[in-house]
Amino acid sequence: MIKAVPKPLEEVIGRVQDFNKVLIAGCDGCVTVCEAGGLKEAKILASALRLYFTQAGKQAQVDDISLTRQCEKEYLAQLSDKIDGYDAVVSLACGCGVQYLAEMYDNKLIFPGVDTCFLGVNEERGLYSERCQACGRCILAETGGICPIARCSKRMLNGPCGGSEAGKCEINPEIPCGWQLIYERLKTLGQLDRFENPVEPKDWKSSRDGGPRKIVREDLRI
Amino acid sequence: MTTTPSKLQKMIAAGHLAVTSEVGPPRSADGQVIEHKAKMIKDYVDAINVTDNQTSVCRLCSLAACIRLKLMGLEPVLQMVTRDRNRIALQSDILGAASFGINNILCLTGDHQHFGDHPNCANVFDLDSTQLALTVRMMRDEGKLLGGHEFEVRPQMYIGAAANPFAGPNVEMRVARLAKKVAAGVQFVQTQCIYNMDTFKTFMKMSVDRGLTEKVAILAGITPMKNVGMARYMQKRVPGIDVPDEIVKRMGGVPKEKQAEEGINLAVEQIEELKGVPGIRGFHIMAIEWEEKVPEIVERVGLYPRPKLNGG
Repeated sequence: MIKAVPKPLEEVIGRVQDFNKVLIAGCDGCVTVCEAGGLKEAKILASALRLYFTQAGKQAQVDDISLTRQCEKEYLAQLSDKIDGYDAVVSLACGCGVQYLAEMYDNKLIFPGVDTCFLGVNEERGLYSERCQACGRCILAETGGICPIARCSKRMLNGPCGGSEAGKCEINPEIPCGWQLIYERLKTLGQLDRFENPVEPKDWKSSRDGGPRKIVREDLRI
Repeated sequence: MTTTPSKLQKMIAAGHLAVTSEVGPPRSADGQVIEHKAKMIKDYVDAINVTDNQTSVCRLCSLAACIRLKLMGLEPVLQMVTRDRNRIALQSDILGAASFGINNILCLTGDHQHFGDHPNCANVFDLDSTQLALTVRMMRDEGKLLGGHEFEVRPQMYIGAAANPFAGPNVEMRVARLAKKVAAGVQFVQTQCIYNMDTFKTFMKMSVDRGLTEKVAILAGITPMKNVGMARYMQKRVPGIDVPDEIVKRMGGVPKEKQAEEGINLAVEQIEELKGVPGIRGFHIMAIEWEEKVPEIVERVGLYPRPKLNGG
């Protein structure tokens, strides 16, 4: 799932301090799972902002809501009868949700309330780590189910580099060397022969390098 | 194996132990630094590597410095990292280098920018070192770019890469990775600085046993220590370098004013010991900001004067 972290409160205050009516819009999708932008976090942020306004001696209205998903128009429509009552909206959805909200209500000021970080897993509560960079052409079948693009700091397809030490990445001893993981897994699977075949340069067209991406599934659009 | 006009390749093919060294370009536009460093070592080595923004610190570019060496009549080895340039820029620089008669390339992925003076930059890594070697081989042997364009005047590159026997997880995998680079067209490797002789000899034996040393010339990497502080720093702080405790003890066991001499003694002993190791085809002496010591080392190990090549 998409992983995000809440923006610092000061940053959010800086965006909304001059307004009188602010809506905090959470999202029940990915950001709820990583506890960055669901209903609970929307309520916490709204309380913090109300406290700020009270202490600043200013009358302001701060409400909260959470939408089923902010990446779908039918759920964004849940705001259609309310949004005109606010000067600004702080969206706690990922960057997709923030943009889709702004696209749907294009005359409204929409501010991001979280920093969207990566596609990752929940290792433990409060511990999330990256697993996929959505390159658009999955090679996991070739690499023992471990992605070198997401998990090697240099996204090498023929790793590991010479900076790998004791199974850790050269940039940070907390980061496992992705290629050592691949090597170990290929060994376990009896596929070490894969390791010695040079992998050709990757076609990055399906990745970010090909420009903004779009999926058109004709089979679903009938 | 493809033969190129590279003097380094000819020296190795003639059966001589090759000697290479490197110069690091300055962090300014002062090209005289390159000339000055090159003049110190030129009569003692067969080829001179020029590092490419090493440790991710921005410097005068490797290509321009290599052209300068070529114009001085010297034999440069163009180091190229894939961190900073995509396949368009890399191939373009290779064509440019070849147009000046540069015939050696060292294909590297490069240190992560995290280490350098621009840690906030975007990195590229469109290719990795192995893929760069594949690319150079295709340009040279097929006269073709990765994009498919075919051309007549091909870059005549002797293709090199790095090998690090000391990085993890084990020597066996490091030999497998060498095999992969050889399969990608690598003809010579310069190794990481060697301090752990036992590990290195194991690496060499496994490479010989697998027949790799018949396909690739291994030049052993030697870096003289300046003092015990450098030994400790390399042991603790430099990724992928294995400095055994006894080396640190030996450096620390002599008075401060004698440590530089001890470092040179150690380098000389290492070369003498490695000369007889099967598969070793030469030495790559990386005297970091200490180029003036290269002549002494080469003389003391009996590799000076450098052999003359017929017709070259």
